[in-house]
Amino acid sequence: MSEVFFFIAAIGAICGAVGVVMVRNPFYAVLALVFHLLSLAALFLLLEAQFVAAAQVVVYAGAVMVLYVFVVAYVGAAEPSRLRAPVSAAQRALAVVFALALFVELSIAVLGSALAALDTGGPTVGATFGTPQQIGQLFLTRFLLPFEVASFLLLIAAVGAVVLARRRGGIHEEEAQRLSVMDFSRPLTTGTMAEAVGAPLTRGAEPRTLGAEPEDADRAPTGGGGW
Amino acid sequence: MSVSWFLVVSALVFSIGAAGVLTRRNPLVVLLCLELMLNAANIALIAFARMWGNGDGQIFAIIVMVVAACEVCIGLGLVVAIFRRRLPIDVDEIRELHG
Repeated sequence: MSEVFFFIAAIGAICGAVGVVMVRNPFYAVLALVFHLLSLAALFLLLEAQFVAAAQVVVYAGAVMVLYVFVVAYVGAAEPSRLRAPVSAAQRALAVVFALALFVELSIAVLGSALAALDTGGPTVGATFGTPQQIGQLFLTRFLLPFEVASFLLLIAAVGAVVLARRRGGIHEEEAQRLSVMDFSRPLTTGTMAEAVGAPLTRGAEPRTLGAEPEDADRAPTGGGGW
Repeated sequence: MSVSWFLVVSALVFSIGAAGVLTRRNPLVVLLCLELMLNAANIALIAFARMWGNGDGQIFAIIVMVVAACEVCIGLGLVVAIFRRRLPIDVDEIRELHG
């Protein structure tokens, strides 16, 4: 029975992979990758990796692929005009030859290894194998350092993505007209705590009332942008 | 099922992903093909974890997933930045990473 499931999942995974490479439209390529990932989750279940299969479906096929779909929807509309002619036939043939050579090499490496256990289904494992309990125990005991490093890596990647994708090149039109907190602050000499302790008045002698035009209103916002 | 079958699937998916990285020019699709290669490594890791009967390989697979998520995050950020600057979305054109 597991053989049937294996072949269904393996054929699904390979078809999904071929679809990612072959399909022209990037959106369909993302959908093919989702299909591929779901098939892989079935393969993981056959290998008794329940937690990894669940994480694959939830995190990978769910969250990461949603990110892809968003970016494809954002970028993909302008794609045909801005993407130049496809690769030449010679380069494509060369790539196929390279991929076949890579497959033969990997197969030789697998078959030529002296691991006798490769032809078995693996030892019988307990009921806790691959469960969240076992994964969590390993993460918090033997693999504590990789666990913490992974969290830092995710934080750095999130900050890096924000920095990369931020808006740059000066203040935009709608941002220049945005009200700032200072527009609603109290006029000077009207009894703030700073005046009570004798702090110098830094914003000029005349009181600034709410709604008054600031002196530099006509100065064009020429922010350099960036940090 | 013997473990070597899973390794053959892993090798196939890895080769397909490598061919995709070599032939496609859209950076989005190149990133998708990189995902394929990382997932091929994941199948191999989990197959070996099953072969040895302990969970270390599954931990490695989860770490690979974390690294893949980071790579997607940065890669898509780069694609959005390229798109914002009106540059051609083509890996052959984007040769230098001037800020």
